[in-house]
Amino acid sequence: MPEPSSQKIPVTVLTGYLGAGKTTLLNRILSENHGKKYAVIVNEFGEIGIDNDLIIGADEEVFEMNNGCICCTVRGDLVRIMDGLMKRKGKFDAIIVETTGLADPAPVAQTFFVDEDVQKNARLDAVVTVADAKWLSDRLKDAPEAKNQIAFADVIVLNKTDLVSKPELAEVEARIRGINPYAKLHRTERCKVELADVLERGAFDLDRILDIEPDFLEADEHDHDHDHDHHHHAHDHHHHDHGHGLKHYHDEDMQSLSLRTDKALDPTKFMPWLQNLVATEGQKILRSKGILSFAGDDDRYVFQGVHMMLEGDHQRKWKEGEPRESRLVFIGRELPEQAIRDGFERCIVS
Amino acid sequence: MSEFDPGELPSIASMTDQVRPVPLGMAVTSVHFLGDTAHFVGAEENVAVVSGKGEVSQTPVHGGAILCSVCDSERIVMGGDDGKLVALNAKGEVSTLATDPKRRWIDTVALHPDGAVAWSVGKTAFVRSAKGEEKSFDAPSTVGGLAFAPKGLRLAIAHYGGATLWFPNMAAKPEFLEWAGSHHAVTFSPDNKFLVTAMHEPAMHGWRLADNRHMRMSGYPGRVRSMSWSAGGKGLATSGADTVIIWPFTSKDGPMGKQPAMLAPLQARVSVVACHPKDDILAAGYGDGTVLMVRMEDGAEILLRQNKGAPISALAWNAKGTLLAFADEDGDGGLLQF
Repeated sequence: MPEPSSQKIPVTVLTGYLGAGKTTLLNRILSENHGKKYAVIVNEFGEIGIDNDLIIGADEEVFEMNNGCICCTVRGDLVRIMDGLMKRKGKFDAIIVETTGLADPAPVAQTFFVDEDVQKNARLDAVVTVADAKWLSDRLKDAPEAKNQIAFADVIVLNKTDLVSKPELAEVEARIRGINPYAKLHRTERCKVELADVLERGAFDLDRILDIEPDFLEADEHDHDHDHDHHHHAHDHHHHDHGHGLKHYHDEDMQSLSLRTDKALDPTKFMPWLQNLVATEGQKILRSKGILSFAGDDDRYVFQGVHMMLEGDHQRKWKEGEPRESRLVFIGRELPEQAIRDGFERCIVS
Repeated sequence: MSEFDPGELPSIASMTDQVRPVPLGMAVTSVHFLGDTAHFVGAEENVAVVSGKGEVSQTPVHGGAILCSVCDSERIVMGGDDGKLVALNAKGEVSTLATDPKRRWIDTVALHPDGAVAWSVGKTAFVRSAKGEEKSFDAPSTVGGLAFAPKGLRLAIAHYGGATLWFPNMAAKPEFLEWAGSHHAVTFSPDNKFLVTAMHEPAMHGWRLADNRHMRMSGYPGRVRSMSWSAGGKGLATSGADTVIIWPFTSKDGPMGKQPAMLAPLQARVSVVACHPKDDILAAGYGDGTVLMVRMEDGAEILLRQNKGAPISALAWNAKGTLLAFADEDGDGGLLQF
C-alpha cells in the first residue's frame, strides 16, 4: 500500500546558479530555531557551517532511465541516498536536496516520480531557486542552466537586492517573469526569507494546484497603482503593459503558455491530446499544470507534469457558483504555441 | 491491504504455532546466523542477538544507519552512514575494520571465503586481503553492489552501465561487462560461470563469463531487492514479483531461452527470499507480512507467518539448515527450529 502523502517526507530541491546564495539559504534554514530537523543532501561537503550528522554528500549522477525516453533522467545517487536515509526515518522531518550551480533540476524532480521506492517514502515539495539580483540578467543571456532553474522554479528567492538599484531590480524581475510568471517570488538580502515561504509549499501536491494565476498579480498587490481588471486577460499577458511600470519581456528561448476556457473539455479528446503533447514535446516542456472541467463530470480534475511525466486525479466537486473554468499552464523552451493552442481548442466540447 | 488470507485456505499447511516470536524492538533490515545464534541487523545502530532460548540482547555497532551487511561463518561485517566498516563476531566482539576519513557512507560490503573483505564508498571500491593489504578501484559511477567470485581473488563491482570484474592482485586491466542501466546488487553463480545483477529498473541482467553472453531476466513488477542461490546453485530465487521467481542455472546456457519457475503466488509482493543451504526448499517473505516455506520441486507451501504486520525485511537459514529466522520492518521477528 502506498503511504498517504501526508506521511511522506517532504523534499525541497534547492537550486540556483553559482554564487547566487544557495549555501546562505541552506545555513539559514538549518540554523533557524524552528524545532525541525532536516536531512540535507549537498554536492559539496564543508560549505555548511552546521554540524549535523544528516548532511550527506552526493555525486550528482544523472542516469537515463532504461525505458527509451531520453528526457527521462533521474539522479542515481539520490535513489541510493534516499534508500539509506529511510533507515533513519523518524530522525528528521524533511529533506533538502541542494544541486550544483550548473544542474538541471529536472532529473532531481523526476527521481521522485519515477522511482517506486523513493515515491513510497518521500514527496517532492517544491523547487526553490535562488537568483542573484545583480547577475541573473547576464546569466539568463549566457547560461542555459540559469534559465532552466528559473523556468523550473516554484519559488524564486531573488537575492542580493541590496546590490542593485530599483530600476535594475524591476528589470531583473521582469526578465524572470518573462520566463516564469507563476513562481512565488521573494526579494531578499542575504537570503532573509520566511522559511514558510520556501519550505512545506506543496507545489507538487495535486490537492494544492488551486491557484495557477501568474504570481505578479498577487505579489504586486501592494502596489496600489494598477488595475485589478487585468485578471481577465491574464491568458495572454505576454505582450501586455499592465500600466504599473513593470516592463514585460518575452524571452526568445523559454516561455510560459497559459490556456483557458470556460467551456467544458471532452476528456476522450483532451487526455490523448495531452499525453501525445508531452510524449512528442516533453523535452521542451519543463513544467505543466492544469485544473480542468470535463463535460459530464462534476469533479475538478487536476494534473501536473515534469517533462514527459504526468500525474493527474479528480480533486473535488466543483463548488456551487464556482466558475467551471479550465486552465492550463506550460513552461518550456521554444514551445509550439500555435499548435498547442489549436490542439487545445479541438478538445473543447462544441 | 491484500484481501488474500492464506490462513483461511485449507490447502496450505501451517507451522505458525511452532514459530518462537522474537520481539526485537527496532526496525530490522537483515538477519544472519553465526553458528546457531540469530543476529538481526537493525536499520540503525544495533544488532539484536537472539539466544537459543529466545533472549534478545542488543549490541551497538554503528553510530547511525546500518547501510549494508554480509556474513560468513565467523563474523558479520556491516557498513554505516557513520563512515565505519564494522565486524561483529560470535563472541559479541565488535571491531572497526575501516573508517572513511571524510565520514562518507559505506554503501556496500562483500566477504571472501579466505577472509578478504571488500567495501565501497561512493565510486570507490576497496579490497583488504586476508593478509591486510589494501587496494582500491574507482568505478565509473557509484558502486551499486559488490561480490567476490567463488574462486580466486576477483571482485565484481556493479555500477551504472554494467559491471566491472577486478582482480585486485593482478596488473591486468579490469574487465568491463556492459549493459545499459543502473546495476545494484550483484552475485556470482556458485559454479563461477555466471554473473547476475539486480537492476534499478524491475529486471535482472546476467552475463555468461566464458563469453560475456547476455542474459536478460525481466518481467518483474517491482525492483529485485533479494536474490538467493538454491542448494548447489541450481537456481536463483528472487523477490520483486507476487510469486517467487526462480531462474534455472543447471545448463551451460543458464536461464537463456528458458522460463523461470514461479512459486508461491500471493496477492502481495515477495520482499525477501532465502534458499535452504542443503535441500530444495526456500523461505519467502512478502510485503504483507506473510512468510512461507516452499518446496521447489512441486511448489508445496507451508505457512510460517500470517499476512499481518509490516513487510518482511529479513530472512535467513543457519548453515546447517536447521534454523530459520525472519523479521519484519517493524522488528517483529520469529525463529523456527526444524
